[in-house]
Amino acid sequence: MEIFKYKKPLSLMGKSKRFGLLSITVLILALGLIIGKGFNYGIDFAGGTLIQVQYEGKAPIEKVREAIDSDTSYEGATVTFFGGEDEVVIRTKTSSKALGVDVGDQIRTLLQDTGNFEVRRVDMVGAKVGSELREKGLMAMVLAIIGILIYVSFRFEWRFAVASVMALMHDVTIAMGMIVLFNVEVNLDILAALLTILGYSLNDTIIVFDRIREGIRTIKDPDLGAIIDESVTRTLSRTTLTSLTTFFVVLTLYLFGGEIINGFSFTLLVGVIVGTYSSIFVASPILMWLGFSVGGFREKEAEKLKREKEKEKMRAMYENGTL
Amino acid sequence: MKTLNFRVILFAFALIFGVVFSIPSLTQSESGKKITLGLDLQGGLHMLLGIKSEIAIESRIKSMAASVKYIFDDEEIIFDELRMVDGEQITFELLDKDDVTKAKALLKKELEGTVVIDNGLKFSLAMTEDEVERTKQNAIQQAVDTIRNRLNEFGLAEPTVAKQGEDKILVEVPGIKTQEDEQRIRELIARAAHLQLMAVDEDRNIRVNTMSLAEAKSYGDVILPDVNTGEKYLLRAIPVLDGSMLTDAKVGFDENNQPVINFTLNGQGAKIFGDFTGVSVGKRMAVVLDNKVYSAPNINERIGGGRVQISGSFTIAEAHDLAIALRSGALLAPVYVMEKRSVGPSLGADSIKASSMALALGFILVVLFMVIYYGMAGIIANVALIGNLFLILAIMSLFGATLTLPGMAGIVLTVGMAVDANVIISERIRELLYEGKSVAKSIENGYSNAFTAIWDANVTTLIAATVLYAYGTGAIKGFALTMSIGIMASMLTAIVGTHGIYQWILPKIDKNKLAFWFGIKTEGAK
Repeated sequence: MEIFKYKKPLSLMGKSKRFGLLSITVLILALGLIIGKGFNYGIDFAGGTLIQVQYEGKAPIEKVREAIDSDTSYEGATVTFFGGEDEVVIRTKTSSKALGVDVGDQIRTLLQDTGNFEVRRVDMVGAKVGSELREKGLMAMVLAIIGILIYVSFRFEWRFAVASVMALMHDVTIAMGMIVLFNVEVNLDILAALLTILGYSLNDTIIVFDRIREGIRTIKDPDLGAIIDESVTRTLSRTTLTSLTTFFVVLTLYLFGGEIINGFSFTLLVGVIVGTYSSIFVASPILMWLGFSVGGFREKEAEKLKREKEKEKMRAMYENGTL
Repeated sequence: MKTLNFRVILFAFALIFGVVFSIPSLTQSESGKKITLGLDLQGGLHMLLGIKSEIAIESRIKSMAASVKYIFDDEEIIFDELRMVDGEQITFELLDKDDVTKAKALLKKELEGTVVIDNGLKFSLAMTEDEVERTKQNAIQQAVDTIRNRLNEFGLAEPTVAKQGEDKILVEVPGIKTQEDEQRIRELIARAAHLQLMAVDEDRNIRVNTMSLAEAKSYGDVILPDVNTGEKYLLRAIPVLDGSMLTDAKVGFDENNQPVINFTLNGQGAKIFGDFTGVSVGKRMAVVLDNKVYSAPNINERIGGGRVQISGSFTIAEAHDLAIALRSGALLAPVYVMEKRSVGPSLGADSIKASSMALALGFILVVLFMVIYYGMAGIIANVALIGNLFLILAIMSLFGATLTLPGMAGIVLTVGMAVDANVIISERIRELLYEGKSVAKSIENGYSNAFTAIWDANVTTLIAATVLYAYGTGAIKGFALTMSIGIMASMLTAIVGTHGIYQWILPKIDKNKLAFWFGIKTEGAK
């Protein structure tokens, strides 16, 4: 089967302003959401207790709320259905340091008269641990980006590195915006998903960049726009197909993976879509805007080649005993 | 037919390796190294505990004060105003100027790790910074050992107790059935189990209900409540003996068939206990556990042999847990919960079901897609994909790695991303075929053209995964782990493995049936 058969380059760079505008608009919206509304931090980062309770049959959610409200120490606790109708999740900002009787045990006692139930999960994170995890999470993001910058600079050129990092920040920011928009609870797994997007989006971008790097060497046209157009068009098939297979699995994960990893797979779903878009429409124009010069790159490459040849010559001479 | 090449042989070895070493995990056999399921998949309790090490330091200061008193009394040095200040230092005053040199020498000799500051006759004593640090480290190590002993004695399968970071303790207990059981285990861990045998201050006990704590202190007494009735007792603050002299504790039954705990004292403890009971006939002695009086029987005669009983209307379970706590020793410093995650076994089973379902479905979709789109080339990619899955399982089994729910997600994601390499390669091969290159040349150049892209893309993803592993906690580490292993394994299976297969079957590839082999219609191939 063939869907994307290469015929002639699509004129992408000609339309790059339009895509740029679209991206900037979405970015501003996402940033507005992140700053204006803010993340809905789950207990991993905010501290507190989460209790997942499964009832035999439909959960009496009103009774559960009443029972919880009857204890004033759980003011502001929320009770929501989780997955199906037989399960509820109770979230409270309260956490206890005591090992013996903790928040989970107290809530279990409060719920005693609400029917037949089983407490299936109790997660409790102290406020201090929460802020520690948040710091660590941010640190992980920054470190990953620095690592990637260094590697890409080393393998390509600094403009490629900056462009790829800008593209992945674009993706991660938009994914974060969607997380805020859909009120996804931000826990450690969301952080993992964001870091995966980081890796994934980069993966896509690198493959396009690799083709551009190759194009610079093989395509005669010295115009960067034309080289980019041809390279991106040639990788279009791969980019869409791989995104498609990844999209399949993430979608099954989202639909069938269970409620617990729903936020995780939702974030990935957004990431796959945005990551694909950005590797085609965002990363390469940035390269152009950064003033990447084909001539300069070719000269440097030629010089590198020359140096290597010289080195080889020296080595050969050395081995022959003439030096 | 061309003979087997090294690539396909390597792949075959990898495949055999993968299958052989993943069998123990897949069949969950008794023997062999296998993957352990994370607590989020098999159910269990995960806790991160903090420790109040300042309490350990305070009690160390307290025992230093006791030593000072003991040494000076022994050497007949007269002193006064022995006080503890802020739980950090001890102050006292000598009454005789001639004792100063002797006292200093004695303190230096007997009390290691202390700083003595004297101002004429007034002395203050504090622990050196090293000693404070050592006491903290000692407290945390002791807590780790004690908690481990308690959990082991409780009879649970493979609990993990480990020091994490500088001052935290990680506790993981798999296989807990109910929340009630879990609470019992938490109480067992938390129990300070500080046992003291204390003399009742019979001269003043009559006034205990009206006495203030400060007044009691001025007599060298403390006021402690009865565990059941709350009745107050006035007790001598310095205990006759404590739990450190205990050798064994067992559950027994008294004459009313109520559970009690019988414990045995070591030689020194038995002697002290015998001497004390000998001179205290007619008085009462309180059995105090964690600052609550469990019983305060009358001493009718001298009790030798060092056997003592604690009664206090326990249930059998309570008595059982208490005996474990007493046997495993007291905690030097109390612990508290910083983070707790507990998952019931039924939720874990549901998670396994759901994620396996997602894995199977995602796998089928990808496999089908590859065959439909690429024909035979897709089947070859699928063989590599299966090899990749087995390799992930085998490597995880060999390292005894833990599979968590995010770890499962990592495997699912790897399935999507591992075929990426084959998509890139197949696209490159197609390009060359369109250009009219021969099948052999298309394959060889396809691989070499695709290699740098796959390599760079994988390395960057690995960088992200490594950071995630280093900074992630618990379950997230599992995700980073499976993804990293998956990426590395895919380099072997998706690049080397499929390349080998192509080289192996090259003579059979019919250049007139490119639709079957590579899923394309082209007349250009030679």
